[in-house]
Amino acid sequence: MVNYVLRRIAGLIPTFLAIVTISFFILRLAPGGPFDQEQSLAPAVRANLERLYGLDEPLPAQYLKYLGALARGDFGVSLRERDFTVTELIRQGLPVSVTLGLSALILALLGGIPAGIAAALWRRRRADHGVAALSALALALPSFVVGPLLALIFGLYLHWLPVAGWQWGSLRYLVLPAITLALPVAAALARLTRASLLETLRTGFVRSARARGLGAARVLWRHALPPALLPVVSYLGPAVAFVVTGSLVVETVFALPGTGRYLVQGAIDRDYPLVMGMIVVYALLTLVLNLLVDLLHGWLDPGVRRG
Amino acid sequence: MAEGSAAALWNLAGRRLGARRAVRVALTVLALIVLVALVGPRFSPWGFDSLDWQHLAQPPSTVAAHWFGSDRLGRDLFVRTLYGVRLSLLISVLATLVSLVIGVAWGAVAGFSGPRTDGLMMRIVDVLYALPYLFIVIILSSLFARGSLTVLLVTLGAAGWLTTARIVRGQTVSLKRREFIEAARALGLTEGAILVRHLLPNLLGPVLVYATLTVPQMILFESFLSFLGLGVQEPQASLGNLIYVGAQEMQSAPWMLIVPAAFIVALLVCLNVLGDALRDALDPREY
Repeated sequence: MVNYVLRRIAGLIPTFLAIVTISFFILRLAPGGPFDQEQSLAPAVRANLERLYGLDEPLPAQYLKYLGALARGDFGVSLRERDFTVTELIRQGLPVSVTLGLSALILALLGGIPAGIAAALWRRRRADHGVAALSALALALPSFVVGPLLALIFGLYLHWLPVAGWQWGSLRYLVLPAITLALPVAAALARLTRASLLETLRTGFVRSARARGLGAARVLWRHALPPALLPVVSYLGPAVAFVVTGSLVVETVFALPGTGRYLVQGAIDRDYPLVMGMIVVYALLTLVLNLLVDLLHGWLDPGVRRG
Repeated sequence: MAEGSAAALWNLAGRRLGARRAVRVALTVLALIVLVALVGPRFSPWGFDSLDWQHLAQPPSTVAAHWFGSDRLGRDLFVRTLYGVRLSLLISVLATLVSLVIGVAWGAVAGFSGPRTDGLMMRIVDVLYALPYLFIVIILSSLFARGSLTVLLVTLGAAGWLTTARIVRGQTVSLKRREFIEAARALGLTEGAILVRHLLPNLLGPVLVYATLTVPQMILFESFLSFLGLGVQEPQASLGNLIYVGAQEMQSAPWMLIVPAAFIVALLVCLNVLGDALRDALDPREY
């Protein structure tokens, strides 16, 4: 197992470097620069600005310099939000984004898996059809439609919850964004759980457990469910990626002070250090969470460790 | 698989599809939306960017023929939404084609080549799979000329070809050992000719199925980018940027959100129902 963990961690490094490298060069080779929108910038002033931020050096040198700074944990200073280092901006926004993402994942697990189990147990009955219809709808609806509609209904018309915004310590501001982000993941989990549980319920060892006279509840919880949940665990990897990118939209819809807006606005403004910082953070988040999912998978299923 | 059994599979799939009420409903609704999107704007006196200063932010009514209402600049929402449907469908179908071309070419060449080239090409696909590709899409589309349809198409297509490449490569690997390929080689055809004339036609089935699943994905991506302000730009209307503006105005003009949202929901639900049904119909296992 230790060997497996080490191998997986080593496997992350090239991927991470690939992300940083590709993003760095795409960003720099694209037309435009961070000081474009400011009108009537004298060439001398511009040259000075570029020298100040080290943008006048050759690109490979800048790249190596960036990697070196990154290794020391230094993301540089934002070119647009003057007076802020990228680290400060991330420190402000990241807790909001992480709170949102984790609550959405937990909500999706708590909602999706029981719904899938219910659908499998009552196959071809009303519960099954209900879950199927709901999950088809939730998978088809993009979060930028669901979010505003939920805000319209529960915020503007019913006044139950705030329409947008954020306040630390107040769960009320988290409810609608987390539900919006969780819905498609919950739907996918429900479908997956149902299909996988149905398949497991048909296998020989479940039938033999039933034949030994074990009760239906015991057969389900002790014999059928644990192996049936393996594909669900593997789906958590893509689910994490989905939640990370989905949070960009959800943060925009509900005006949350998370990190998503820095990525989009930073890219539009050509704020190189800010965009790179966001990409590094999101890439690390995705990779580490995926690693955790893989390790969980390897722990549950010995076959994965050996392969 | 012999020719006859492949035809039988498609036949069976067709019958299973037709037997589903949900599929028939989805097809009908889809056809209706496309029809309305194509001919609807002709019946309205307004253009997609014409301003009506007498009727700003007017709720849906027959007054001045603003059947779905108008926006804050007095632009007609009926016409704008239908233009948005057209643009979204056009972009998503073209982007799907772009992704198919890249994916089929990449996958077929990888599968048909020797193990070293194959390994290298599929390793590249694996690495790209691990990248949070939506970031790359966001960066690409925000950096190059915003609002350029070509850039949008290439970006979306570039994001979607990986799965196609994998499917095609798998098919190619299993096909290239078959007798008819060997026969073609014995007849003296070049490798390129075998690839194009004998391999590609046999790849079409699974690729087409995957394409129907890709179109709603592409609609989602396109409107996602337009929603973030990186895709289709004003005054052009796409479902994504209409929903973005509608969400801003939902307090005072909820129809500006509800109308485009209803269209995108109907489109996506129908396309997903079709895609799911097609996949189920071709998968003989029954759930």
